[in-house]
Amino acid sequence: MAEPDTTIWRRLLALPNESRAKTILVAFLVSAACAALVSGATVVLRPIQTANRAAEEQARIEALVRGIPGMADLLTRSGGQLSTVVIDLETGRAAENVTPATLETALSDPDNWTGLDPAADLAGLGQRPDFAQVFLLREGDDVSLILLPLSGQGYGGRIDAIMALRGDTNTIAGLAVTRHAETPGLGGRIDEGAWQASFPGTLLRDEAGEMRFRVARGPASGVHEVDGITGATRTGRGVTNMVRFWLGPDGYGPFLDAIRRGGF
Amino acid sequence: MARRPDVWRVLTEPLIRQNPVTLQILGICSALAVTTTMATALTMAVSLTVVLTLAAGIISSIRRHIPDSIRLIVQIVIVASLVIVIDQVLQAYLAEISRALSVYVGLITTNCLVLGRTEAYARHHPPLPAMVDAFGNGLGYSLVLLIVGGLRELFGKGELFGVVVLPLADAGGWFTPLSLMLLAPSAFFILGLLVWAIRSWWPEQAEAPEHVPPGRAEAAE
Repeated sequence: MAEPDTTIWRRLLALPNESRAKTILVAFLVSAACAALVSGATVVLRPIQTANRAAEEQARIEALVRGIPGMADLLTRSGGQLSTVVIDLETGRAAENVTPATLETALSDPDNWTGLDPAADLAGLGQRPDFAQVFLLREGDDVSLILLPLSGQGYGGRIDAIMALRGDTNTIAGLAVTRHAETPGLGGRIDEGAWQASFPGTLLRDEAGEMRFRVARGPASGVHEVDGITGATRTGRGVTNMVRFWLGPDGYGPFLDAIRRGGF
Repeated sequence: MARRPDVWRVLTEPLIRQNPVTLQILGICSALAVTTTMATALTMAVSLTVVLTLAAGIISSIRRHIPDSIRLIVQIVIVASLVIVIDQVLQAYLAEISRALSVYVGLITTNCLVLGRTEAYARHHPPLPAMVDAFGNGLGYSLVLLIVGGLRELFGKGELFGVVVLPLADAGGWFTPLSLMLLAPSAFFILGLLVWAIRSWWPEQAEAPEHVPPGRAEAAE
């Protein structure tokens, strides 16, 4: 059985290098071997990379909380623990049958995602999960800090970030970028502490409740803006839209209303 | 190919005399970008050496069957796949350094050094000498990267591999770091000085000037 195989193989290899059949054969074999190599490596290493990313996200959340002025005190007073809650974005209440442990399983079910129509889809996501995991810090009965994961379309790809809000749900306490694919040296500077330092104290809405937050073009003017990055206009716009979407009615809006009413 | 090439010579020649970076000025982009610290420089150097050696071995073992018309694309596909694998490995096991290297590991694909060696040497030699040559060139590149990275980290931060060598003035020591060393231009300066030093030592490496400057009389007018 093996013999005819090897003879065909030999005959193919013996073809002159410049013949069309040999050219196509070599091209095909090389691509197939390389594709197998790359996919193999990706599949084998994926779990380790995911674990790394999760650990990194945890570290960033901790760094974000530690970096907010006065937060270290608050943490020690409240026992140093953030509580983790999975919320239903539609109702703004704690999700009834999804826990942080089962969140990933729930989100792998397409029924738990809502399509967004283009007009409402500021962040360029296409669809939005129905559940999200948020972190709360309480002082007595009041919520003093809310950590919200955000994601949106930047210039080079998706940006993932975590935003910390004060208990008044209007004052930003900090922002940490957990993942991005922006141009290194330009938009990529969004993960630098120097840029993120302009977020604390920025207000989201004005007195009338209108969303005013914006990444400025150039230096910030006013309490609703943060400094823009030169040469990264589209990254800045991506961040603006991401924040506006997630803190608006289609994102965490209902949840933030519930906090303002004292329902959490 | 009847005579065995001198393996030792093939390995050591690219270290200084035929150094790919300082003599042929190849692979400059990454050499400048990743040399702010020793750790990133070393990771980059190891990644490039591994990719270069493996690519040379693979290409050399199928060299008789690569059609000339598609030889460059075949070489690039092989190099690119190896680079992706290395990048994935770094992301899995050296996540911190991989982030610091950002796009530059991926850019090994387009590093002229890799394609230069596979095209010029591996395509005409059996696997073993090809791999030795590639390894030697990788070491030559690593040597330059480590020298530049070492100087930049030492004078920019007063550290080597993150260990304090020169105590900083901020922390009660005597050394004021040269922040210029952490910026890209310093890598140009160091590399330029390095090339100059090597070419004064071995004058035969200096290239003949391509343009003759205009005469004095003309300039005076």
